[in-house]
Amino acid sequence: MKGLNQFFIVLWFSILFLPFTGIKASLMLFTLLSSCVLLFRVFMKYGKGVREGVRRLRKRMDGVKMNPSTRPIVFSLLAGCLFCLPFIAQNYLLDISILAGIYAILALGLNIVVGFTGLLNLGYVAFYALGAYTYALLNVKVGLGFWQALPLGIGLTGLAGFILGVPALRLKGDYLAIVTLGFGEIVRLVLNNWDSLTNGPNGVSGISPPYLFGMPLGILNRYYYLVLLALIVTYGVVGRVHESKIGRAWIAIREDEISASTMGINTTRYRLYALVFGSLWAGLAGALFAAKMQFVSPESFTFMESVLILSMVILGGLGSLPGVVVGAVILVMLPEVLREVQSYRMIALSVGLIAMMIFRPQGLLGGLAKGR
Amino acid sequence: MVFQQLINGLTVGAVYSLIALGYTMVYGILELINFAHGEIYMLGAYLGIIFFGFFTAAGLTAYSLPLSLLLTLVLSVLFCSAYGFTMEKIAYRPLRNAPRLSPLISAIGMSIFLQNYVMLTQGATDKVFPNLFGSSGFSLFGARITAVQTMIIIVSCIMMVSLHMFVTRTTMGTAMRAVAQDKVMASLLGINIDAVISMTFVIGSGLAAIAGIMIALYYGLVNYSIGYVAGIKAFTAAVLGGIGSIPGAMFGGLFLGFVESMGASYISSEYKDAYAFLILIAVLLIRPAGILGKTTEEKV
Repeated sequence: MKGLNQFFIVLWFSILFLPFTGIKASLMLFTLLSSCVLLFRVFMKYGKGVREGVRRLRKRMDGVKMNPSTRPIVFSLLAGCLFCLPFIAQNYLLDISILAGIYAILALGLNIVVGFTGLLNLGYVAFYALGAYTYALLNVKVGLGFWQALPLGIGLTGLAGFILGVPALRLKGDYLAIVTLGFGEIVRLVLNNWDSLTNGPNGVSGISPPYLFGMPLGILNRYYYLVLLALIVTYGVVGRVHESKIGRAWIAIREDEISASTMGINTTRYRLYALVFGSLWAGLAGALFAAKMQFVSPESFTFMESVLILSMVILGGLGSLPGVVVGAVILVMLPEVLREVQSYRMIALSVGLIAMMIFRPQGLLGGLAKGR
Repeated sequence: MVFQQLINGLTVGAVYSLIALGYTMVYGILELINFAHGEIYMLGAYLGIIFFGFFTAAGLTAYSLPLSLLLTLVLSVLFCSAYGFTMEKIAYRPLRNAPRLSPLISAIGMSIFLQNYVMLTQGATDKVFPNLFGSSGFSLFGARITAVQTMIIIVSCIMMVSLHMFVTRTTMGTAMRAVAQDKVMASLLGINIDAVISMTFVIGSGLAAIAGIMIALYYGLVNYSIGYVAGIKAFTAAVLGGIGSIPGAMFGGLFLGFVESMGASYISSEYKDAYAFLILIAVLLIRPAGILGKTTEEKV
């Protein structure tokens, strides 16, 4: 009986796909799905040991809590590896690592808003764009260097977070998501259409790399250290704030807003802190991105980019600092490894998002308490 | 000129209304923003092109154009409803009791999946819907109303009236309203909640499919990415009229259509897509319950 049911489910999907894929591909899909179901049934019947192993692995991943005494050792080993990377790695790997570092900063920033405080920000890319464009324009049009422009860029993104947050934070969760999404789209549209300032869809080019004591950091291995430093600073600061009074207030708000407010937390004010503090890091990442690419255009800051950063946070584990860094590294590296199937990247990402929500909402290295 | 823009706005607005109805019905019952609803509309437009192409190749269009169009419409609606039904089963039903963030994220996942699925199977280039009616139409007060525009307005009106009848006059419609008011109480009274929710998705998706086919007829071009912007606009329409309110969605869609066509012709067409976002943000900040919506106190 159950087999018949599964057969009908497979048939249902094949028919759903039929108009889009054509008869041949739909038949292929039918065979593929059927064999998957068959394999799964065989596995459910005989694969007891494997299932036991998976269960134990899941349990172990829940309890990834390092022993406090081993923590310094692990961290210094990791730091050593990261520090030595430019000596052993080729430019290609370095390039990807830099990108992964920038995304990790973004993911850490978004994690403050989504992971700690539980506010869904779908327009995070707008802050990233503001940071990137601020440095790009200040550098190209005004002639400011990286270090002078950086605080301005970070300040401006923080201000943008404040301006968006003051009115938007009165809204409930889903509406906030939509308003941030709208904000992201408006920023992109303005960048795309304000030709006299941003050069429209053609973007801004000729951005100079940062200098340190007169030494250009544009070379990959030097730039790698700059990004690594920025990542460490981000990680450290976010980690400290996470453990502070503010961080605990954020988590209280995420877990139960009404209880939090009865405990004397000014929820609106702390949510505003989260939004502003979260967007600052996007300003930093944006400036790093602009200085690395030496070119920015609105194309880099679409809604899909927001979703990608959000996926990093979710994959790694909402609220877990090491988790979101791992998530960022995986999502940047994976498409590079799986070059041949790159067109299926977004499909895999979306299926992963849905599956993650259903089967493992706490992420790989879960930081989020399980559902209420 | 103004009247012409009014007609154009009415046409586009009617389509927004049809999509907005799906958003508003789902939100009314599940309090979920169904992000993937715009993609269902996009699927509808593609299915229209695919089935119509099939019937043309099979010679049915040459035999009878209305029959071919009608069959295309029926098949597309059936398929889109099936997609909506399946989507709810896969992505939303397992998350019904999860924290509020989860179904929203899974809805975003669903939306990206459908977009890329269509892009991979149908290609990233624009698809063309054949121009069936040429430039036939009639003039009214100096404005030109094409046959397609007339059809869109008439079909939308029929759909909205029948939806209204369905929700207010039938048992299923009453059950829907009951579930929207109080899920637990409705289930205590013997209403099958799961069936009602599935039905909501089926109806909403069917309406979106009709909207998709009509927009394919109107513009003649369809792309895998049309669902995203149309979805946001329809959502704006739903919020504008008061989310959860069916007449509100109809009103909001028409209003948004007017604003857009007026704004595009008198202010700037480059920012055409931004008007919807600006209206959305303004409405949410000034009157979150929408124009026809009721403010509800938050329950503790």
